[in-house]
Amino acid sequence: MRDSVKLAVLSAIAVCCILLFMFYDAGSDLSFILPERGAKIAAMVLTGVAVAYSSVIFQTITFNRILTPSVMGFDSVYLFLQTTALFLFGGGGLMMVNETFNFSVSALSLMLFIFFLYKLVFVRKGNVFFLMLVGVVMWTLFRSLTVFMQMLIDPNEYAVVQDAMFASFNNVRADLIGVSAVIIAVVVIFCVPMLRKLDVMLLGREHAINLGISYDPLVKKVLIIITLLVAVPTALVGQMTFLGIIVSNLAYETMKTYRHAYVITCASLISVIAIIGGQFILERVFYFNITISVIINFAGGIYFIYLLTRESKRC
Amino acid sequence: MLKTDNISKYYDEKAVVEGVSVEIPKGRITSFIGSNGAGKSTLLSIISRLIKQSGGNVYLEGTPITDIADSELAKRVSILKQSSHVNIRLTVRELVSFGRFPYSGGRLTKEDEETVSRAIGYMDLESSENKYIDTLSGGQRQRAFIAMIIAQDTDYVLLDEPLNNLDMKHSVQIMKTLRRLTDELGKTVVLVIHDINFASCYSDYIAALKDGKLAGFGTVDEMIEGGILRDVFGMEFDVREMNGSRICLYYT
Repeated sequence: MRDSVKLAVLSAIAVCCILLFMFYDAGSDLSFILPERGAKIAAMVLTGVAVAYSSVIFQTITFNRILTPSVMGFDSVYLFLQTTALFLFGGGGLMMVNETFNFSVSALSLMLFIFFLYKLVFVRKGNVFFLMLVGVVMWTLFRSLTVFMQMLIDPNEYAVVQDAMFASFNNVRADLIGVSAVIIAVVVIFCVPMLRKLDVMLLGREHAINLGISYDPLVKKVLIIITLLVAVPTALVGQMTFLGIIVSNLAYETMKTYRHAYVITCASLISVIAIIGGQFILERVFYFNITISVIINFAGGIYFIYLLTRESKRC
Repeated sequence: MLKTDNISKYYDEKAVVEGVSVEIPKGRITSFIGSNGAGKSTLLSIISRLIKQSGGNVYLEGTPITDIADSELAKRVSILKQSSHVNIRLTVRELVSFGRFPYSGGRLTKEDEETVSRAIGYMDLESSENKYIDTLSGGQRQRAFIAMIIAQDTDYVLLDEPLNNLDMKHSVQIMKTLRRLTDELGKTVVLVIHDINFASCYSDYIAALKDGKLAGFGTVDEMIEGGILRDVFGMEFDVREMNGSRICLYYT
């Protein structure tokens, strides 16, 4: 099957999932149920695209197919920053009241952290397993710090912001959808001319420089984009640790071509299908007994281990 | 003309390349020779901006290469490093097409396609142009990468140990191609090479490096000479004239 045909099929499946989710068992009073479901679908599509996009371009600039921003603990850092803000300034502070301000500050701090980490470990040609170790340490460290600080916060304040802290697909931050949509749309459009340069990056650093890619500036741009693409879904629906790995690797296997335009589109579609289809089954079949993140992390974790064993055999 | 002026490179205070000034003659093959760790590859990487120098400057036709935009430089100087392993599955033709990126930005025009075909023909790869490069033998893969550099169509072609891991037949084939690149297409080729006899038979000029410093530069006749080689490599060479080339005997 040609790649464009595959993309068309995936798009059709994605649209079906969206329609099914929107209209299945909607009852007679559409005016009530459609806006609510619409917001949820918007959040899921935005998350799907952002996670797929950030994972693929992160894997390109770090020359591996196993690590993703969430495996490196980037979204844990984002949640840590949120908790720190709450801890320091309280629920009534500017950080918690003004969403845009909160998002900007958190995203900016996350960006600084990512640049620091990049300078520290990626530049030194660390191998994949070393980087993964760094990721696990980061993840655990920031997770524990977050939980620790949550313990210290005044319980009343904590209750006020609990919603904001623990977004999930069952508890979408509808108020953030507008701004998230704008950010992701801008990033995606901004990226289009960059995709062909990223194709060249797949050949490795030396070939990329030989072919006239300004390597360091490009990597910096990509890191900024990744920051935004990590911050948005984490704010919207919380952590999705293994989603990126599944969708990026499924996309590499589905697409014959190496071109980012195709691979990213494919990964985004798979991601949207997985989230919306999964959520639909959860809500209608399992009646909310579990959350989609649990399933995705469970399936993704197993897939991750499979990829690791395959990678270690190749080395 | 490609010129280095007082190039130095330090890693933690240790000099790998120190004060190297050399002018590479245009339209000729120049080989860098020297023992392991003499700084040949580092120098080549600095000339091609893969590594930043600690001091000094590289000039391309009189302009410092740092003043030339990366995309522009890619149309004038190309570099192929020794470990050319690629993570993704590519066919030979796709790989060679990457050589046109500096011109086309990834959207190949009809002329680009023709240049790619010509480069593939030049390296005698027509029969395997749709094969994936990870299925090729080492020699074929090396030729595919050289075809990419040829498609890049730069005046200056820099190659870091292009004969690494190749058998005699493929080595000769590649050296003959490089000779044709200079003689027929007027390219300037700069090589890092370990086999002194290949350097002697196919180069026009030799630059010898020792402990990061330039130990000598000149034509093959001037440089392939017992005394100079002894200084550079610290061993005895028996240099003989055979069929018009200078051959060094050093095996026993």
